[in-house]
Amino acid sequence: MGYDSIDIALSFGKIVLIFLVILVIAAYLVLAERKLLGRIQERFGPNRAGPFGLLQPLADGIKLITKEDVKPAGADKWLFYLAPAMAAIPAIMIFAVIPFGAPVTLFGRQVEMQVVDLNVGLLVFIAFSSIAVYGTALGGWASNSKYALLGSIRGLAQLISYEITMGLSLVPVVMLARSFQLSEIVQAQESCWFIVYQPLAFIIFLISILAECKRIPFDLPEAEGELVAGFHTEYSGLRFGLFFVGEYINIIVLGGLAATFFLGGWHGPFLPPVVWFLIKMLAFAFLFIWLRGTLPRLRYDQLMHFGWKVLTPLALLNILATGWFIALT
Amino acid sequence: MPLINDIKAILLGMWTTGKKIFRRPVTIQYPEEKRIPFPRFRARIVLTRDPDGGERCVACYLCSAACPVDCISMQSAEQEDGRRYAAWFRINFSRCIFCGLCAEACPTMAIQMTPDYEICNRDIMNLVYEKEDLLIDGCGKSPDYNFYRHAGIGVTQHRGEGMEEKAPVDVRSLLP
Repeated sequence: MGYDSIDIALSFGKIVLIFLVILVIAAYLVLAERKLLGRIQERFGPNRAGPFGLLQPLADGIKLITKEDVKPAGADKWLFYLAPAMAAIPAIMIFAVIPFGAPVTLFGRQVEMQVVDLNVGLLVFIAFSSIAVYGTALGGWASNSKYALLGSIRGLAQLISYEITMGLSLVPVVMLARSFQLSEIVQAQESCWFIVYQPLAFIIFLISILAECKRIPFDLPEAEGELVAGFHTEYSGLRFGLFFVGEYINIIVLGGLAATFFLGGWHGPFLPPVVWFLIKMLAFAFLFIWLRGTLPRLRYDQLMHFGWKVLTPLALLNILATGWFIALT
Repeated sequence: MPLINDIKAILLGMWTTGKKIFRRPVTIQYPEEKRIPFPRFRARIVLTRDPDGGERCVACYLCSAACPVDCISMQSAEQEDGRRYAAWFRINFSRCIFCGLCAEACPTMAIQMTPDYEICNRDIMNLVYEKEDLLIDGCGKSPDYNFYRHAGIGVTQHRGEGMEEKAPVDVRSLLP
């Protein structure tokens, strides 16, 4: 398979486009979250910077950039500086394998709306989300602070437990689509979305991705009521911003993946595929914010109990049932 | 069944918060919108005048005695006809807790609370109000009241001429 300069330019263009769009959506997701939480609590949310507070992400960015970058005494310097990148970069790298639109024809050739169409795309996603755990773990450990350490220990246990459930809940999807390739999983849902065949797997996956991006009710690694700010207690300025943006990129990416695996990816009537994909992705983000405005934080033993004793057996049973069903038909 | 109850509880909570998204916020956006306080709202303290335009304050010190944070201070003085007044009168609004005890203690209705709550200032010394800052031209909440008209013993009129005052009695006539 040969590459020429147009192929390389197209790939580069897609990477730049995805990077910009994801960062802008992440920045405005912060604003949307604050606005929605405000509305849920019968207040306005930020509305001072620009019309309807639309310049708030800009103001937040300027604030984060100009703040002092503090490194606690006794912190492990390299790990401390590396951890925020470890949290944000894998999250955005996952988006490389997500198909966000139908293939289009540009310059006389077919262009996939996807950076790389790997035949192990689903495994790449699981691998990268495992790498993102290191951001939490190392950030808390390198800070030389007990709150950060407690947060990162909790984060490690939580993320590893729920990653297993997440992986298990995706097995039926692979069984139905007969492929690890994300574009083929989307194509397999052309007539009927997998949420219809696999409602249980969808619910398990939804709960697992809530835990994966450390959102309420699974925000034990942060737990601002108990651990100040958990694993990023000691971070300030742009490094804190990287953790923060990483969390919101994670929401978008995991929302996009949930749409890809269960809601038919970019399939949908009337509207262009990219718009359908964006709608489904942002619907998940809205659901996450809504859940944050509603539910309290779980206790640590409840979290572990729920993950290991409820979700994992359920996911295994679901695989068994799906296998039985496929073997019969 | 507990599981169904739990799911129902979560959905009920989601419904409750979801409804609120479409409701108008209760926030009053202060510098642009201002709430109208109730008439008896306790904020900036004023010294009122009687209907004739004279000062009501007789410098009896009851307000400064009643004040729990000791933010009122004054110096009493006496006019030639025996009418008492405050030579200077000072309220330190940086200490005032707006409890209204001074207004309750005042026998001449001179010191009163107003609903004007916008007295914040960058310089704390601007919050020390002198007598000329406190005095207003009106009568405040009791427009017709004049203390000395009711009880003015030998000051604004002769003895026994006050509105609620009986004529003086010669005590010797009461002896058995």
